[in-house]
Amino acid sequence: MAASPAAPLEPGEHELAISIVSADSEVWSGIAKQIIAKTTVGEIGILAGHEPVLAILAEGQVRVTLASGEVVTAQADDGFLSVDHNRVTVVARAAALV
Amino acid sequence: MAAQLRVYRQKIKSAQTTKKITRAMELISASRIQKAQARVAASGPYSRAVTRAVSAVATYSNVDHILTTEPETITRAAVVLFTSDRGLAGAFSTNIIRESGELTARLEAQGKEVIYYLVGRKAAAYFLFRRRDAVQTWTGGTDNPEFATAQEIGKTLVDKFVQSEDEGGVNEIHIIYNRFISALTQEPQVVRLLPLEVVEGVEAPEPGESLPSYEFEPDVGDVLDSLLPVYIESRIFNAMLQSAAAKHAATQRAMHAASDNADKLIKDYTRLANNARQSEITQQISEIVGGADALASK
Repeated sequence: MAASPAAPLEPGEHELAISIVSADSEVWSGIAKQIIAKTTVGEIGILAGHEPVLAILAEGQVRVTLASGEVVTAQADDGFLSVDHNRVTVVARAAALV
Repeated sequence: MAAQLRVYRQKIKSAQTTKKITRAMELISASRIQKAQARVAASGPYSRAVTRAVSAVATYSNVDHILTTEPETITRAAVVLFTSDRGLAGAFSTNIIRESGELTARLEAQGKEVIYYLVGRKAAAYFLFRRRDAVQTWTGGTDNPEFATAQEIGKTLVDKFVQSEDEGGVNEIHIIYNRFISALTQEPQVVRLLPLEVVEGVEAPEPGESLPSYEFEPDVGDVLDSLLPVYIESRIFNAMLQSAAAKHAATQRAMHAASDNADKLIKDYTRLANNARQSEITQQISEIVGGADALASK
């Protein structure tokens, strides 16, 4: 399955395309303007245009702020976060929306 | 004569009963393929994300890490076989075992010692019958794999990989599983899991072009350390799901062929039974005619 193309979400210049995935399914995906997650060394906040990052997540909540100001919260255990060209992927063995 | 007819009728009956069973199994597998395929699709985003992250690290960092560097000499390789728990699936498990034989020959020709990990009762039975050793075996649940099993297998392999050679560690890990391509085709896949071979999702930088600065938190080593088990697990889980879907497809096909064969048998035996019945009648008539002639000529 690893060969199939990535999710078709296309982020704009000031947007982030975010997907939160757990081992057996995609928990949430969409366009947002900010994401805050807790890494092993502290909280990290990401806005559009952030440099590429690969961070290990500590157990905790991931908060996604949508363009409308609405906040989506997910619990992510045991995973990592990657940022590359305004694409953010939160990967966790166990993840669920709160 | 009558005895012959009875034998044919018995065979027809037996073929009909068998056909009922194989037809039922065919339908059950057909319905399970859908479910298994949906699980493969659902785990896609996770394994894609993990693979992309691993490729990114492998491509954009020059750090020496067990995950990304190829050891100079490889003395021992681990081979993981993904077979099924049940048979009646055509050459499903046999294909895997044959591939493992070829791989073993290839590895041993390169002077590597091969150790085995088995998934599925079929591989376990094969090894047991030939008194071949396997380090560890996981049976049960190949039809509906669980992530916890993948985690357990992954942990065992990673522990073995980071162990030093003198203590029985391995330098290479291969997996062999059936990939689900379509309901008609399943293909045995031989993949080297470690050292890393994937360069997927991230394009290799042009020579001379400066690498985009990937930032690692806390640092490259730690990120790689925690990525390694996640990557192995996701590959193994994917292999297990693919194998489960392929198994259902193989069973469906095998059972379809079996039902067709039963149909053919029923048809052939019905013909033979009709023949036997007809020749019985013919014989009776000729006996009666012969008897009447004998009486009349007296």
